Amino acid sequence: MARKLLLEHINVPGINTFDVYREKGGYRAVEKALKTLSPDEVVEEVKKSGLRGRGGAGFPTGMKWSFLAKPEGVPRYLVCNADESEPGTFKDRFLMTHIPHALIEGMIVSSYALGANTSYIYVRGEMMPQIRILERAIAEAKSAGFLGQNILGTGYNLELYVQPGGGAYICGEETALLESLEGKRGNPRIKPPFPAIAGLYGCPTVVNNVESIAATVPIINDGGEEYAKIGIGRSTGTKLISASGNLVRPGVYEIELGLSVEEFIYSDEYCGGIANGKRLKATVAGGSSVPILPANLTLKLASGEPRLMSYESLSEGGFATGTMLGSGGFIAFDEDQCIVRNTWNFARFYHHESCGQCSPCREGTGWMEKVLHRIEYGHGKMSDIDLLVDVSRKIEGNTICPLGDAAAWPVASAIRHFRDEFEWHVKEPVKCLDTNYGLANYAEPIAKAEVTTGN
Amino acid sequence: MSDKVKVTIDGITVEVAPGTTILNAARQIGGDIVPPAMCYYSKLQGSGGKCRTCIVKVSKGSEKDPRPMPKLVASCRTTVMDGMEVLNITSPEVIEARNGVVEILLINHPLDCPVCDQAGECDLQNLGYEHGLQKTRYEFERRTFERIDIGDKIQLHMNRCILCYRCVFTADQITNKRVHGILNRGDHSEISTYIHTAIDNDFSGNVIDVCPVGALTDKTFRFKNRVWFTKPIDAHRDCPTCSGKVTLWYKGEDVLRVTARKDIYGEVEEFICNTCRFDKKKTSDWVIEHPTHISDASVISSNHYETLKPLPVIQNNPVLQEANRKELEKTVKF
Repeated sequence: MARKLLLEHINVPGINTFDVYREKGGYRAVEKALKTLSPDEVVEEVKKSGLRGRGGAGFPTGMKWSFLAKPEGVPRYLVCNADESEPGTFKDRFLMTHIPHALIEGMIVSSYALGANTSYIYVRGEMMPQIRILERAIAEAKSAGFLGQNILGTGYNLELYVQPGGGAYICGEETALLESLEGKRGNPRIKPPFPAIAGLYGCPTVVNNVESIAATVPIINDGGEEYAKIGIGRSTGTKLISASGNLVRPGVYEIELGLSVEEFIYSDEYCGGIANGKRLKATVAGGSSVPILPANLTLKLASGEPRLMSYESLSEGGFATGTMLGSGGFIAFDEDQCIVRNTWNFARFYHHESCGQCSPCREGTGWMEKVLHRIEYGHGKMSDIDLLVDVSRKIEGNTICPLGDAAAWPVASAIRHFRDEFEWHVKEPVKCLDTNYGLANYAEPIAKAEVTTGN
Repeated sequence: MSDKVKVTIDGITVEVAPGTTILNAARQIGGDIVPPAMCYYSKLQGSGGKCRTCIVKVSKGSEKDPRPMPKLVASCRTTVMDGMEVLNITSPEVIEARNGVVEILLINHPLDCPVCDQAGECDLQNLGYEHGLQKTRYEFERRTFERIDIGDKIQLHMNRCILCYRCVFTADQITNKRVHGILNRGDHSEISTYIHTAIDNDFSGNVIDVCPVGALTDKTFRFKNRVWFTKPIDAHRDCPTCSGKVTLWYKGEDVLRVTARKDIYGEVEEFICNTCRFDKKKTSDWVIEHPTHISDASVISSNHYETLKPLPVIQNNPVLQEANRKELEKTVKF
């Protein structure tokens, strides 16, 4: 069994209550940090741990914290981004539902490190049960003296608030989240200035993902260096993976980064293989916005070495033969799944969730969705495929926030790797309505793989 | 000179104050290298960054950090650094991306220029001429909205809107309480007032001037005439609420329309009040100054015949006739 840090006590009955959580060693990190460490030492520990943001971008958390401006007389804020809405990602919801105190504890430690006296957990509006759970957990922690004025007699004050969002995917973008938290329309801000300089109410702010904040607890408990020993290379620690799709046992798994993708999919400890005895066709490794990969490139790098679940290994080969770890939303597709339909579904999601602020994303996502819809339903033309590539290129990189990129990548990558399936949809407009293209050669060894040159 | 920073745009170096944006630095150089801007408006705080037509390539970040910027940046919201090198029209990548943005802006635009009052002075039309494709690749039904009247003098034609947010910023800047804004999300976004209340403000008419397209139009001028058949004359009056400096648009002896004076980038110099804009439409209300200089590239200047035979208001004033002759010389020389 691999080491579990976040989900170690997940099966303990009543772990969602303060008493059981405390009994299992909870809130040790708060005691340790507040009583024995200075805020800068906490930041130093997180830096040493090599923890990378678990929300998708993988930016080192310690470095992000050290960028926080600290002007005199201006409050600083920590905001926890619990607006998890990416199709295929559900790890934060799982964590908040079952171990809410892990997040509260992480929030206290992180707020202390950043010198924030008011912190917010911005939860997506649809997660009403989780909001209630968190509020109850906060009340429990407060009555036990871990929140509020003069925590544990150390003189440190912290108020923690849960703020429900309106349920918009765009509000998971950090500056849109801050706008929404301020009570405005959730449009991403134009950067610079970055939130570390001018964030919530114009004050320096750090926005972190739920899992990143929860991960500070084991880092403080065991020390940053101990945490950095887990994992591989610059991908340290453990990561929650939301596995979904045609797997025998989909669910949330805590893995040590560096686990091979093959083991993750097929071993009985994790997903247990592809459901119903079918074969793997493709995977989306990190949530809907990362490029989709055919089975052969999922399991092996272009060089033939096994692909690992880590930030570096998944992005090996760039976008030509690689993908990204993203937020860890691992979706597996078996041989009966239609990639065109799936791409259309993703495009529909981004079309629906675009905020409409900048033009390439507002107009381009809708355009891509309509063209994909046409191909999926047998009205496509051969030129549509190149049109899609061209439109996705015009969106990518030309928008204010990464939603434009997130909308463009799945479409571009699906066409890059599964072009023959798109062409089949155009050539067989009637057949494609009730038959699937099947596995084709997507699972064959890399030697025959369609992508060899960087493009 | 230490408080100035050097920036090179398409090979032309200029020294500007720190904190200047790339777009404004380019405007100090002037000419073809100025990136087009649909949403940025120098008079409106916070505007810009949305339409993405002004994107440029930063090939060298600064003297200290010469790395190029990884993505194309919006020149209207990116400040210059000392030693920065920017490529605008000399970069094929920028031209291609800009063409893409223009195409994308036009896919849901009704392209009803033949019946649109803005035609002839429309930023989107100009942009489309310079960067647009001959033919659209968009084969779906375009998005449509109902026309609504926001106030008794302004009509909002949302089909034409490109969501530049300029009118929103205008209301933010010159009123204390904004009553219109963006409703909905994504490509369903629309400018609207809350449950169709009218915009009631002395300066509400300025949203017509800042609108880069024909989405907000002056109801007192709607369908009266094509702008290129009217002749602009600068004039002023002693107005208690605003500066009273305007441009009158004449057809024959009639003032068809009053607008604020605009600079070469189509931005108003000073906001004017609704009384000047909508109610003072007689020559006797105004002190005529001189014919407005219209850029040679504009379709409005193509109509020389009226300048050869000056407008009735100019004919009986020797000073104005002299000014008219100068304007004419400028165009004829070209």
